[in-house]
Amino acid sequence: MVEEIGTTSEGDLIINVGPQHPATHGVLHLVITLNGETIKKVEPHLGYIHRSIEKMCESLTYRQFIYVTSRMDYLSAHINNHGCALCVEKGLQVEIPARAQVIRVLMDELTRIASHELWWGAMAMDLGAFTPFFHAFRERETINDIMEETCGARLTMNYMVPGGVMQDLHPMFQKRVKDFLVLYKRKIHEYDELLTGNIIFQNRMKGVGMLDPADAISYGCTGPTARGSGVRCDVRKFAPYEVYDKLDFEEVTEQGCDSFARYMVRIREMQQSVRIIEQLIDNIPSGDFQAKTKAVLKLPKGEFYQQVETARGELGIYIVSEGGTTPYRIKFRSPGFSNLSVLDHIARGSKLGDLVAMMGTLDLVIPDIDR
Amino acid sequence: MWSFSQIANNVHEWLGRTFSPSMALFFEMVLAGIAVIGLFALLGLVLVIMERKVSAWMQIRLGPNRVGPKGMLQSLADTLKLLVKEGLTPDGADKFLFNLAPFIAMIVAMLLMAPVAFARDFQLWDMNIGILYVSAVSSITVISILMAGWSSNNKYSLMGAMRSGAQIISYELSAGLSVLSIVVLTGSLQISEIVHSQANGWWIFKAFPTVLVSFVTFIIAVTAETNRAPFDLAEAESELTAGFHTEYSGMKFALFFLAEYVNVFIVCAIGATLFLGGWMPFHIGNWQGFNHVMDYIPSSLWFFGKTFFLIFVIMWFRWTFPRLRIDQLLTLEWKYLLPISMINLLITTAIAILGWHF
Repeated sequence: MVEEIGTTSEGDLIINVGPQHPATHGVLHLVITLNGETIKKVEPHLGYIHRSIEKMCESLTYRQFIYVTSRMDYLSAHINNHGCALCVEKGLQVEIPARAQVIRVLMDELTRIASHELWWGAMAMDLGAFTPFFHAFRERETINDIMEETCGARLTMNYMVPGGVMQDLHPMFQKRVKDFLVLYKRKIHEYDELLTGNIIFQNRMKGVGMLDPADAISYGCTGPTARGSGVRCDVRKFAPYEVYDKLDFEEVTEQGCDSFARYMVRIREMQQSVRIIEQLIDNIPSGDFQAKTKAVLKLPKGEFYQQVETARGELGIYIVSEGGTTPYRIKFRSPGFSNLSVLDHIARGSKLGDLVAMMGTLDLVIPDIDR
Repeated sequence: MWSFSQIANNVHEWLGRTFSPSMALFFEMVLAGIAVIGLFALLGLVLVIMERKVSAWMQIRLGPNRVGPKGMLQSLADTLKLLVKEGLTPDGADKFLFNLAPFIAMIVAMLLMAPVAFARDFQLWDMNIGILYVSAVSSITVISILMAGWSSNNKYSLMGAMRSGAQIISYELSAGLSVLSIVVLTGSLQISEIVHSQANGWWIFKAFPTVLVSFVTFIIAVTAETNRAPFDLAEAESELTAGFHTEYSGMKFALFFLAEYVNVFIVCAIGATLFLGGWMPFHIGNWQGFNHVMDYIPSSLWFFGKTFFLIFVIMWFRWTFPRLRIDQLLTLEWKYLLPISMINLLITTAIAILGWHF
């Protein structure tokens, strides 16, 4: 039987992980060359969930195309929409009301917490621990309920529109968010007790998946993946949008460069998001939630670029306009694609079990990579 | 008082009166076989629902709650579904070995039930080498896993099988050594004698520090031997989809599944027998009244209570710990558990010779 098993000329085992595999969190296909349990090479094959979102956007108006972007990185749907709305607003040169700005930031940070919650559970699942997943979903559900109440949807909210947000906040919004913060603070220690402090978990995470700061920069890593290597790259800090420059929060970085550092960045980032929400939730200015814009939006001829910090890293939206009602060309710079490219580099020489853990710490969302 | 031993004796006497001795022996063997198969199926069903309920409890959910009262018949429905499901044999597989492997796993689990003392004087076969028999037979499990992994003609299965081979062979050493410390203290390999030696106190209390170390080593080692998380590298569903039984479906998969649970039951039963006194009630030195009350609790209840407590502990591991990596798994055994259990065995031997235990 052994001769039927695919091997390389050096006798190494070639194994296909995915496109349907529990560890890849979607339809990612990895071709792994293995020597026993040791990884020699990882080759990601993309395109299984390519929906040509960029091409689709070219035939949609500036109001319509934002809704498609919810389906890119579906865990950061708000932040994707936010970036697109900002980019269009840049072209239109409209002033966004203060209320809308604060609502947008609040929603972004709630999304970030929800996204990191899901990542935390899924990462624990990659390591073979099931229970954290359910504990993470307990809190995430609350955020989803808040979203459902205000935006009308739980996952692809489509709440940000050019000029502001689609509708005003639900009357219960403030109370629900405050309840969530209380719940979250009461439960956050369970995360450390269940996973972070576990000796098996720490042994699995520390010293594996080493990513040098120089490599992180040259591979174009952003977000928690790069910040785990000590690279300061938070868009909210170096190119602040909306009210981020007026807020008091830390850019979380860790110097460990390993899987555990990337893990800790996300855990601490959730607390920073809570800090931002606490600052804003009682200070939502009154006024309009949407600026007055024309029914049919037309961007002037030219190129517009906007970057935002999603839960996974820097999302860039590049719009080329010919002056019409639809964009001439749209390009998204998605964080997942660059973060995935580093996988081969950090996985070589480690064990197969660690590959799954490393993929977990990169926090890949496959539709974000393929678009 | 109602007890298993009376029923067994009555059946034995009735068979002896009614049939010739050889026929009586034959019928007794048939009855024992039916009892083992029945217990095998029953344990599988009970443990599966228990695992699902325990995991649900730890994961803040309800678990199965539709089939039967509080979902207690869920595993029965699952078994029915697996029974009628097609048992695929992949094209490139070695058909003979592929179909043989689940049966070996099941037969091993059934064989292991022979020396387990379920209650006072209720045992299928109280052989004088009981503990040795358990160690010997339980190591056959690895053959079925290797066979399944190799014959499936699947890379995931093969990797799972190789992992499992390394793991089971390693952890058998410390499981054996920790069991030996009780053998040294008791001076017997016979299960019934080991249980009787704990009449005035369980070994875990009688020779407290060293037996506690062997008990902990034993629990870790048998968790690894039965391929349970955090040592479930042979399955490792996040890495190897389902490990050695990736290609199995229907009843062939169910046999692996049931064998795993029955193995868990048996290692917990052995652990309860060796360290926690088996069916022996909890006695404290000279507290006559207390001991008398404890004696009123049926011995089978004591045995199953202790065993299910250990099973719960092993399930608790599974639902709270992440999985180890293969090199960490072997490091844990060869660099920590094995030296510790060897030194512990030496100390236990010294204690046994000097009589420094209660």
